[in-house]
Amino acid sequence: MSTPIIHMENIKKHYGNVIALNGVTFDVRAGECHCLLGDNGAGKSTFIKTMSGVHKPTEGSITFEGKPLSFGSPRDAMEAGIATVFQDLAMIPLMSVTRNFFMGREPTKGKGLFKRFDLDTANDITMAEMRKMGINLRGPDQAVGTLSGGERQTVAIARAVYFGAKVLILDEPTSALGVRQTANVLATINRVRSQGVGVVFISHNVRHAMAVGDRFTVLNRGQTLGTATRGEIDAAQLQDLMAGGQEMAELEGSLGGTI
Amino acid sequence: MAAETLARADERIKSETLATKLMKRPELGAIGGVVLVTIFFMITADSTMFTLSGVMNFMTPAAQLGILGIAAALLMIGGEFDLSIGSMVAFAGMVFGVFVVNVGMPLVIAIPLTLAIAAALGATNGMVVLRTGLPSFIVTLAGLFILRGAALVGLKMFTGGSTQLRGIREAVEGDFLAPIFSGDAFGFVMRWLAEAGIVDSFKSGVPKVPGVPVEILWFVAFAAIATYVLLRTPIGNWIFATGGDALAAKNSGVPVRRVKISLFMLTAMAAALVAIITVIDAGSTDARRGFMKEFEAIIAAVIGGCLLTGGYGSAIGAFFGAIIFGMVTIGLTYTKFDQDWFQVFLGAMLLLAVIFNNVIRRRVTGER
Repeated sequence: MSTPIIHMENIKKHYGNVIALNGVTFDVRAGECHCLLGDNGAGKSTFIKTMSGVHKPTEGSITFEGKPLSFGSPRDAMEAGIATVFQDLAMIPLMSVTRNFFMGREPTKGKGLFKRFDLDTANDITMAEMRKMGINLRGPDQAVGTLSGGERQTVAIARAVYFGAKVLILDEPTSALGVRQTANVLATINRVRSQGVGVVFISHNVRHAMAVGDRFTVLNRGQTLGTATRGEIDAAQLQDLMAGGQEMAELEGSLGGTI
Repeated sequence: MAAETLARADERIKSETLATKLMKRPELGAIGGVVLVTIFFMITADSTMFTLSGVMNFMTPAAQLGILGIAAALLMIGGEFDLSIGSMVAFAGMVFGVFVVNVGMPLVIAIPLTLAIAAALGATNGMVVLRTGLPSFIVTLAGLFILRGAALVGLKMFTGGSTQLRGIREAVEGDFLAPIFSGDAFGFVMRWLAEAGIVDSFKSGVPKVPGVPVEILWFVAFAAIATYVLLRTPIGNWIFATGGDALAAKNSGVPVRRVKISLFMLTAMAAALVAIITVIDAGSTDARRGFMKEFEAIIAAVIGGCLLTGGYGSAIGAFFGAIIFGMVTIGLTYTKFDQDWFQVFLGAMLLLAVIFNNVIRRRVTGER
């Protein structure tokens, strides 16, 4: 397979005397969905923030498209093509889909004092991009607050892809969604992947990860426990790895294997 | 399959009537209010209220408040309040008076300098709010007292103990900038219209309304520019985004700090502009200038559809909100009602507007 777009080798992150990440190795290739699984407190959030330029790692190296790299700010990462869709989605319910879509990156027309927000173009692009993702808007001026959780997630993803994301980091995109909406978001991920974007799908839901993932990396207590490709591993094994093995097996036994 | 979904409209969505579409505009309430208030005074007030001179009569205070109200509306959409603008009017009036009378500056220096000082104070407000993370309500409440006090002390210092500074009209007389900031504009149009018999004139042929008071022109221009910026420029989008959710806006690359500080500077400068216009007009300045204007400006903005929580509202709404204000304050003098009903009306209007805005917001966001 192709070389990774981004490769993170042995990343460590310390906050004072707390070791949040203790040797994480992770990479993403174009057109794949790499799932990062981990339980609460495993270090997923810290890792995403390192990848998206919010934090600098204490130790370890990041290689982006073959070159060593150090992001100074989230803005640098964004410009390089690493887009992160955080759980809060960075969407403003009171504003229209178009205004949200182009927030901070408004297309303009005209010059000097008459430089203005090109709303017509923005509306057309928004409608077209949303249609590509399988969402029919009532109109580009529909407020984001009227969309369902899954649709909002899709707007956020479509926005990231439109603005040239090469790597798309999705922070638990399905955690707050219903069954149907989850299916929609997973379908969106599939669509984005087929456009050649490398997707990093963070989740603690093994079933959702199994549905779209090409590779799976499990994070536990700040360390990666290795990466498996699709077909090498089954849901039960992933679940066990996430929970750190043993206790989970015991728990599962007492719950009749329903988790 | 894609083409299929593309073509099929969502069957769960009913088509919108024009009325529902209108309901979604934030300024609807204010326009409705103007209509209602007009009908009310048509019935109760003396018919002179709606002659040209009557209209100028209520538009002048509306304009003075409206300039503040529109700036307050922009700031509210950006998610902040400024309670110090009323005191800023007094303070900027004092500074301007001292510049013109005591220092003897020409307007071309005094006006930019006054505006710059106001802008610096506005920026300070913004900086304190952003640095401390405290609600702007509290920070600018402090500003309300500090600036009012400073205006009082300053006036006494420069006048030798008086709280009123006189002699401003004499000081600016003949200054080439004076006509832009004081008096009436379009006098020639009025004279022409009077000669043509379209507007009323005195027996001597002088029109009864000598021109359009300049503040009305400033007011209309400011409303137009603010609306344009808000709805048709990237900066407008940033203002909505900043007020809607500052963190989300920041994560999307909106310069939230710059937006907020600029808006604080704008409100302060709007206050200074009102100070300059009214001070030249009155020929003097005193420490009570702009008293309670901060609340009236916020009320005008709220009547205009601004949400107290930010992220939603309109400049044109604040424009109409201010007109309602002017009509009621002045209009009551044309009726048999006691003028002091004004305050009762004010409170009632504010309450109604806030309730109405909440309903509208639920409609817009589809909240259930």
